[in-house]
Amino acid sequence: MEFVLVLLLLCAAIAVIAWPLWTGMSVRENENADVAELEAAKEAKYREIRDAELDFRTGKLSEGDYRALDRSLRAEAVELLRRLDRARGG
Amino acid sequence: MATFGRACLILALGIALYGIGASLYGARSGRGVWVDSGRRSVYALAGVLTVAFAILDAAFIRSDFSFAVVADHSSTTTPFFYRAAAAWSSQEGSLLLWVWLLSCWSSLALFLTRRRLREVAPYAAAVLCGFAAFFAMLLVFFASPFSTLAHAPVDGAGLNPLLRHPSMMVHPPMLYSGYTLFAIPFAFCVGALVANRLDAEWIRSTRRFSLAAWAFLGIGILLGARWSYAELGWGGYWAWDPVENASLMPLLTGTAFLHSVMIQEKRGMLKAWNASLVLATGVLAILGTFLVRSGVLQSIHAFGASTLGVPFVTLIALLSVGSVALIVWRRRQLSSEHRLDSLFSREAVFLLNNLVLVGLCFVIFWGTFFPLISEAFSGQKASVGPPWFNRYTVPLALILVLLSGIGPVIAWRRASGAHLRRNFAAPAIAALATVGALLPFGVGAKPFALAMFAAAAFVLVAVGQEFWRGVRARQAMSSDSAPRALVSLVRRNRRRYGGYIVHVGMALLFVGVAASSAFQHARDVRLTPGQSARVGGYDVHYQRATFDVAHDSHHTGALLVLGAKVDVSKGGRHVATLRPARGYYPSQDVATTGVVGRFFNGESISQVALRAGLGRDVWAAVQPDTSALQPLIAEADRRFATARPDVALFLAGTLAAKYAKSPPPATFRLIVSPLVTWIWIGGLFVLLGALTAVWPPPRGQRQVSAAYSARLARELDPAA
Repeated sequence: MEFVLVLLLLCAAIAVIAWPLWTGMSVRENENADVAELEAAKEAKYREIRDAELDFRTGKLSEGDYRALDRSLRAEAVELLRRLDRARGG
Repeated sequence: MATFGRACLILALGIALYGIGASLYGARSGRGVWVDSGRRSVYALAGVLTVAFAILDAAFIRSDFSFAVVADHSSTTTPFFYRAAAAWSSQEGSLLLWVWLLSCWSSLALFLTRRRLREVAPYAAAVLCGFAAFFAMLLVFFASPFSTLAHAPVDGAGLNPLLRHPSMMVHPPMLYSGYTLFAIPFAFCVGALVANRLDAEWIRSTRRFSLAAWAFLGIGILLGARWSYAELGWGGYWAWDPVENASLMPLLTGTAFLHSVMIQEKRGMLKAWNASLVLATGVLAILGTFLVRSGVLQSIHAFGASTLGVPFVTLIALLSVGSVALIVWRRRQLSSEHRLDSLFSREAVFLLNNLVLVGLCFVIFWGTFFPLISEAFSGQKASVGPPWFNRYTVPLALILVLLSGIGPVIAWRRASGAHLRRNFAAPAIAALATVGALLPFGVGAKPFALAMFAAAAFVLVAVGQEFWRGVRARQAMSSDSAPRALVSLVRRNRRRYGGYIVHVGMALLFVGVAASSAFQHARDVRLTPGQSARVGGYDVHYQRATFDVAHDSHHTGALLVLGAKVDVSKGGRHVATLRPARGYYPSQDVATTGVVGRFFNGESISQVALRAGLGRDVWAAVQPDTSALQPLIAEADRRFATARPDVALFLAGTLAAKYAKSPPPATFRLIVSPLVTWIWIGGLFVLLGALTAVWPPPRGQRQVSAAYSARLARELDPAA
């Protein structure tokens, strides 16, 4: 009984592990990994823009610093959007 | 099922080793299928270890004494509640719990990053598999939980009575979740260093795991403190014990990391420092596990034997040397992109906060390992006690609490004079007002406690002010009502406001620690029924002795309980009736202790009586004197040597009743501690704040982001 259980578990583990080798398809090849990475970077950039705005409104950034920071963050965000479009083939 | 369990562990070791190889080969060759296979081996590992852990826990629940570990750490009289948790009271079971949790958390982290961190994740998977392989190797070759006995005993030795407390059901999994979750940022940091991807992406991708690790470890430590307070019978919640210290050290460096990563994300600074902190935290987490399990340092919390010293020390040395080598190797790429603009800036405050936290960690490390250090140099094992720790940690903790109020309100880059006045006036006034209000009550006699109360007031007002200003800023943008704006503000900025809630919790916690340490009244007295003692302005009157046989009102499996009924009053007004007691657990060694004596002369632990309140706790423990009963017990053992267990228990009950009828003086420990409850309330705030920060952003926010991107494109890039 125990031997059968061990065998079943071994087969299940091999199936899970060897699946990509068997099919020859990886998550990264199957889906566009660049898009996922850029989406994550875009979300992070938006969070930074929102953070900077809240810092400014609650008095933790001077207006000059905020304007400069906001400008550079938005420029970086636009660059990310451009790269996203390119990655999506747009 | 023991064979199946052993096979699971061997399979787990094989899978972990394969995961290392497949991940490294995939990363080096750039072949995604091998990277995927390496990652999926972690999922398989989690599955196999789940089966192994289920087999072990089922053996405990079934009281299958053919498993050596079950026979040694459980019994049929151990209540079900504790049998289910007894698995991790043993060295073998706790190592299995460690690697099982590691495999589960690693699977989650690798699943969530499967489409990101292409270069980093395979190395992280290899590191995580490396940790798993180490622990699986220990379980296969050194401490198997599936060892069996040739002849299963009728009953087991039982769970250590000290561990029969609800906190102990949750404390080890919490602590180990904290340790294993810290392995994830550690692994991704190693991956980022090896792959030379040292931007903030690996930090962002593992932030939730770092926060969750911090929260689990923090709550685990608090549950341990609660257990110590309510179970150990000495009345304290923190003793600067090596195992307590070992869990605190990664929490401190982890706290430093959580703060300094914000500087890296915002300003591209402190990259080398952050990498060092997270690597140190990972190593300290392994060190913590080692101290609990090795018995290398004397501890009330260490329940392990020193059989695993060499493998653990080897791993810790390897991790330490490897971490330093990686940092040195990538030192150029880890250089800062910006410099500190001003000492009056949030960056400077975070840096100071980091220095204090690391300083605290160093002090605790030195004090904890001083016995080993002194032995290495002088040949004699000398240890340092709580006064030594308090001398250094109290001032540092005070600075830390104050910084947790300054950090949220000070400006990034450079704070102007006008900004300082605007943001610091109210908190500073609150701190001064607190000092003014407390001085007439004699609090000035304890200057550190007074300073801590003032610092906590500073934090509470500073954070309150931040919430207020945030709500007003949100209202200006959305015209929402104040409560709606508050909810929206926190939902949209979970990390920031979750962090602020944590700061409130820490301030409350330290108020409780300062008050209960500085103004505690404690007395050890011997009383006979009818006598009273005075402690901290309370009159404690010993009314009568009590006993219980086979009733087990605390549900811990104690068959015999001797105690006291105590009346507590203040100024003639009744405050509480307390029933401190001592639970006696029958010895399995009938030949030595006797059929009746086994009920009195096995292990016994204090059942603390506590009247907790927001203002103060009244705490009582009793040590009944059973010496007068010993001749009677010996006589009963002699006359009823062949009595059945139920008859012997009846006889023990008769003797217990005799004790309660004419008890000799009992020794009481009585403590009155102010504001202890605020430690636990502070802990709940910390948990709430951590949950707020860890919780994923709502879907609505993602939709707002989509709209925002369109606006961004229109405003900044007309060609888009």
